[in-house]
Amino acid sequence: MAHVPFEYGLYLAAALFLIGLVGVLVRRNLIFVLASIEIMLNAAGLGFVVAGSRWGQPDGQVMFIFILSMAAAEVAVGLALALLYRRAFGSLDIDEASRMRG
Amino acid sequence: MLHLLFLVPLLPFAGFVVLALAGRRLSRGAIAAVGAGAVGIAALVAIAVSIDFLASPPAGHAFGQVLWTWLSVAGLKVQVAFYLDPLAICFILIITFVGFLIHLYSVEHMAHDDGYARFFAYMNLFVGFMLVLVLADNLLLLYLGWEGVGLCSYLLIGFWHKHWYNGYAARKAFVVTRVGDTAMMVGLFLLFTQLGTLQIQPLMARAAAAWPQGSALPVAAAALLLAGALGKSAQLPLQTWLPDAMAGPSPVSALIHAATMVTAGVYLIARTNVLFDLAPSVRMAVAIVGAATLVYAGVSALFQVDLKRILAYSTISQVGYMFLALGVGAWSAGIFMFITHAFFKALLFLSAGVVIDALDDEHDIFRMGGLRTRLPVAFWTFLIGAAALAALPIVTAGFYSKDLIIDRALQSTQGGFWLWLAALVGSLLTGLYAFRAVFVVFFGPSRTEPRAGFRAGLAVRLPLIVLAVLAIGGGLIDIPRGWAHLQKLDDFLAPVLPAVTLRHGGLAAAFWTTYVPAVMALAGIGLAFLLFQRRRQEAAEAQTSGAARYFLGGWGFDWFYHYVFEVPFLWFAHATSNDLFEPPVAGLAWLTRTGWRALSATQNGLVRSYLFVIGLGVAVGVLIVVLR
Repeated sequence: MAHVPFEYGLYLAAALFLIGLVGVLVRRNLIFVLASIEIMLNAAGLGFVVAGSRWGQPDGQVMFIFILSMAAAEVAVGLALALLYRRAFGSLDIDEASRMRG
Repeated sequence: MLHLLFLVPLLPFAGFVVLALAGRRLSRGAIAAVGAGAVGIAALVAIAVSIDFLASPPAGHAFGQVLWTWLSVAGLKVQVAFYLDPLAICFILIITFVGFLIHLYSVEHMAHDDGYARFFAYMNLFVGFMLVLVLADNLLLLYLGWEGVGLCSYLLIGFWHKHWYNGYAARKAFVVTRVGDTAMMVGLFLLFTQLGTLQIQPLMARAAAAWPQGSALPVAAAALLLAGALGKSAQLPLQTWLPDAMAGPSPVSALIHAATMVTAGVYLIARTNVLFDLAPSVRMAVAIVGAATLVYAGVSALFQVDLKRILAYSTISQVGYMFLALGVGAWSAGIFMFITHAFFKALLFLSAGVVIDALDDEHDIFRMGGLRTRLPVAFWTFLIGAAALAALPIVTAGFYSKDLIIDRALQSTQGGFWLWLAALVGSLLTGLYAFRAVFVVFFGPSRTEPRAGFRAGLAVRLPLIVLAVLAIGGGLIDIPRGWAHLQKLDDFLAPVLPAVTLRHGGLAAAFWTTYVPAVMALAGIGLAFLLFQRRRQEAAEAQTSGAARYFLGGWGFDWFYHYVFEVPFLWFAHATSNDLFEPPVAGLAWLTRTGWRALSATQNGLVRSYLFVIGLGVAVGVLIVVLR
């Protein structure tokens, strides 16, 4: 089995995180924003796994399990919000929710 | 029982707290019960404490009660402590008892007012502060009460705040008394720096020990305290606020601007009598100010057309008598006058309130008339009050107190012929203006009919009747020496206030001087009958003459102050509005405004831009950590 240098894994994690961040910033559709947040979470998880394999510790994979379960909970809340958002504003455009002004 | 003393001021304060916090949720009945009840129970406690004090006088004829230490810093230790002595007893009894009667009257008089709870909250707060003022063991606590009653006076003059004039009158009262209060504060600083304490009894003892009579320091201290007393008690030259203070409701005028607060100056001078004894020149000034004020206000009252302003000027004039008494060293005579004045002036204001209420807020006496048969309760009580005010001989309380003062003005070693003459002229004027009001308002043809179905209820009639009885019988606590051996008040106050020293021989000994004040009072009433009953029409027409308008405006004091103080001050403020200090201040304002614009632009409500800024912040943070 070919040995992959751990830096490559971190580069991939950083690239994934940036893709997710850019997605959050430029996307206006709430569903895509949520999907981008998932990508960022997975990037963080990948970072933990790579670091765990680098030092030969199981903690990285344990952390990934935590992140996975947290992401599942977050998606449940996020999708419920999206549903309510759609009902309140008639669309999923998050820029619509800029009306609350004192 | 004496240890219950703290309850006397506490109860009105508790009433204020309840009404201020829960006033909106309480029913009118509950508001009246709390407002009048708190003062009523305070009056009962005050009576119980006083009976206990009289039955078994504590050592030194004084009872002190320390509640807690207010502040203690760098040699200045001020305690919240009460000091009860015969002088304080006179004041707390009047404040709580007359205060309760006026609260009871207000229950009905103010019944249809929107601010019912607010009214009773302010009134209770006032009574609490007034009690703190007269019970205070040190001058700083006294000053707290002093400013507290000033605040309540302001709030209650401007009680009907929807009309601009009431707010103006309230501000005027506040600002004019503040002039005196500032001087008084400087006086307190002077006393503390020179004598090292503010506790009244040690302070007086130290002053008497350290300062020779007539030296500069006691004169300065007494003069500064006197300035405070002049402002609060509306004496010349700070009297201009009191006539305008009549903008408040009638019970307020009765309680604050007649019976209690305006006599705070009398209390202060009597309380610090040692200091005034050390400064004979200032004490002379007290007598002269009193004599000048009583004549000034008497003449002004004679030309007023507003029923309440007549009473306001008469208050200034009667407090002038008290100052005259204090100034000639007849301390207890001044307190006697305070007691009888509280009865008959509260009575006059309350019955005037009935008249004004019945005529739908009509204040002009020349639009009243013939109300004798239409408002019998108001007529009889007003008549009794006016008789006491005019010092109708033998049958009224006002006679005994005022006659004593006039007598002392001549006989005291500090008195003199001119002071006596001024007091006599004042006596004539008092009879004249008091019965001018009686004849014009209650006799002659009717001009305005009372509101249909108007009838004074029990809560209004009871205080009027009780005060009327006191205005007649209240003088029996001190009958002139030589008539009977009944000087209860004089003996009671003897441990606190020094006795007057009388001189003998000369005019003072002349038999006929004893009867002159009585003759003057009767002459005033008779003259009022001739001028205002027999020749009503001419009297009403004379009101438009130039001299009458001059006296109507209070001898042009307001005009004088406007051009001497207000106009130059406004000019100066305007002229210096573009000076050296303007750019930094304006620059600060510009900076704040620009910063506000820039920061409020970032709050655009777009989630994505917030996220961007967060991301940017994290990136910068990471970079700082990595590249450090």
